[in-house]
Amino acid sequence: MDVRVSGVRKEFDRFPALHDVSLDINSGELIALLGPSGSGKTTLLRLIAGLETPTEGKVFFGDEDASLKSVQERNVGFVFQHYALFRHMTVIDNVSFGLKVRPGSSRPSKDEIRRRSSELLDFVQLSGLEKRYPAQLSGGQRQRVALARAMAIEPRVLLLDEPFGALDAKVRKELRRWLREIHDKTKHTTVFVTHDQDEALELADRVVVMSQGRIEQIGTPDEVYDRPNSPFVYSFIGESSSTEVQIKNGELWFDGQALGISSDRPDGEGMLYFRPHDIELIDASNRGIAGTVVASRRVGATRRIELAIAGATDHVEIEIPADHPATETSRIAFRPKHWRVFPKS
Amino acid sequence: MALGFTLAYLALIVLIPLTGLVLRSASLGFPGFWHVATDPRTVNALKISFGTSLIAAVINVIFGIIVAWVLVRYRFPGRRIVDAIVDLPFALPTAVAGIALTALYSKNGWIGRWLDLIGIKVAFTPIGITIALIFIGLPFVVRTVQPVMEEIRKEVEEAAATLGANRFQTITRVLLPGLQPAILTGFALAFARAVGEYGSVIFIAGNLPYVSEIAPLLIVIRLEEFDYAGATAIATIMLLISFFMLFVINLIQAWSRRRYGYGA
Repeated sequence: MDVRVSGVRKEFDRFPALHDVSLDINSGELIALLGPSGSGKTTLLRLIAGLETPTEGKVFFGDEDASLKSVQERNVGFVFQHYALFRHMTVIDNVSFGLKVRPGSSRPSKDEIRRRSSELLDFVQLSGLEKRYPAQLSGGQRQRVALARAMAIEPRVLLLDEPFGALDAKVRKELRRWLREIHDKTKHTTVFVTHDQDEALELADRVVVMSQGRIEQIGTPDEVYDRPNSPFVYSFIGESSSTEVQIKNGELWFDGQALGISSDRPDGEGMLYFRPHDIELIDASNRGIAGTVVASRRVGATRRIELAIAGATDHVEIEIPADHPATETSRIAFRPKHWRVFPKS
Repeated sequence: MALGFTLAYLALIVLIPLTGLVLRSASLGFPGFWHVATDPRTVNALKISFGTSLIAAVINVIFGIIVAWVLVRYRFPGRRIVDAIVDLPFALPTAVAGIALTALYSKNGWIGRWLDLIGIKVAFTPIGITIALIFIGLPFVVRTVQPVMEEIRKEVEEAAATLGANRFQTITRVLLPGLQPAILTGFALAFARAVGEYGSVIFIAGNLPYVSEIAPLLIVIRLEEFDYAGATAIATIMLLISFFMLFVINLIQAWSRRRYGYGA
């Protein structure tokens, strides 16, 4: 089922949570809404579910205007961060709840409900735990029950709000892979919210990066990582370093010398963004960004150093090979291999 | 250490007085005890006491849940004041409540006069007793259910809604069953309190033997007749019935705690 969010604005008590957000989700896609807390990602997810109503704008499921329908009628599977299981019901009763509350005409027979629920539990690898209560399950198992419960209603869209947020790191990774497998098998149109970029990049077909109630960028994991379209995306996804540069005649200048990097920006000041690991070290005599090492830390296979750079108040971070002889106070020059220049804010 | 202290304390405060009670009534011997127990006046007083307490506790459960729900979920001006008012029956001397209720519900009271017009007599009947017991029992239900309700995440209701449950289904299948242990506790407390209530009831009850005489009052009457053994016999019967009912409620709770891994 295609989902289309069109010009949606949402205010809570006059405080704007989303400004004019539009988003097209293709049928069968796995989409991540990624952003820091307060970016409006959960609000957007809840608007799609119908748990919130937009102040302005519409949500379409296919060609149908879902904004006119209640949560109950939208038929969406929603998974909450803290599972929201019904604690007085067994696992199997939780899963079959959505089918049991259907009006008589569309409710499957008792046996059919039972069969389908067991099948789903099998699918989420929880068979054998039918008679348990949620309190008797681990966090990862509870979230699987929650997912099975959401899938039981044959949802048109599957929405997950920080589904792994309450789990520890190891379980999180397992479930992440497992969710991808489930999605590949069922092909549900799925939207999940996360503040964890690894999760978003690893799982999603497309990532929607959000900040302060707006969509900053929509793209495949490669696109948002390799071609961030704003300083926010650059710094939010992956590591980034930045420094001030001048733009003169279509070339970048740093500390009074041209860097040999061209730019199509108009003349003036700009911010040069690059990945700390995506640089080449050069001779200090060559044209590049030179600075004095003020701090050096070993990070796994590489060494991360902070450079004090002429004319810049903030230090610049780069990564160099662990066996590089640079020590504190030695001078190092480098040039980014990939970069982007944004206007100075 | 703590266990030893607890047992000693419980023995001193609860067990020894109650044992004294039972021993004293034992001085009647079984035939004497049986005579008191089957005396129509005793039987009627017990029926009235436990009957009205049961009805009051049931009504308190229903309205206590609604009050707690409003206090937990609604934000309105004066909510804190309403919240404080719920506790008043705890603090008020029960005799004061009894006098006030009698004034209200008697034939020429503010409310009683209108009820009288349609032929309902409240004061000096079991209905009056029930009203007094509702009054003193309400906070027990509200205060036990409220904290558990506060713990119910809004998400659980939202989950039910996304799964297609309408409001009624959400309340009857998700919210109330989740509150069941707390509701049961509130019921038990309100019921137990009502059975032992004396002060507020004697004013509104009218205390007609066989009609609106409660067991605690009958005990006092026996005491005033210096019939200590008779008084303790009635008390012992009350004790046994109450203990049995609370024990059953406890069993139900233990059972639900085992099932859900939680419970009040």
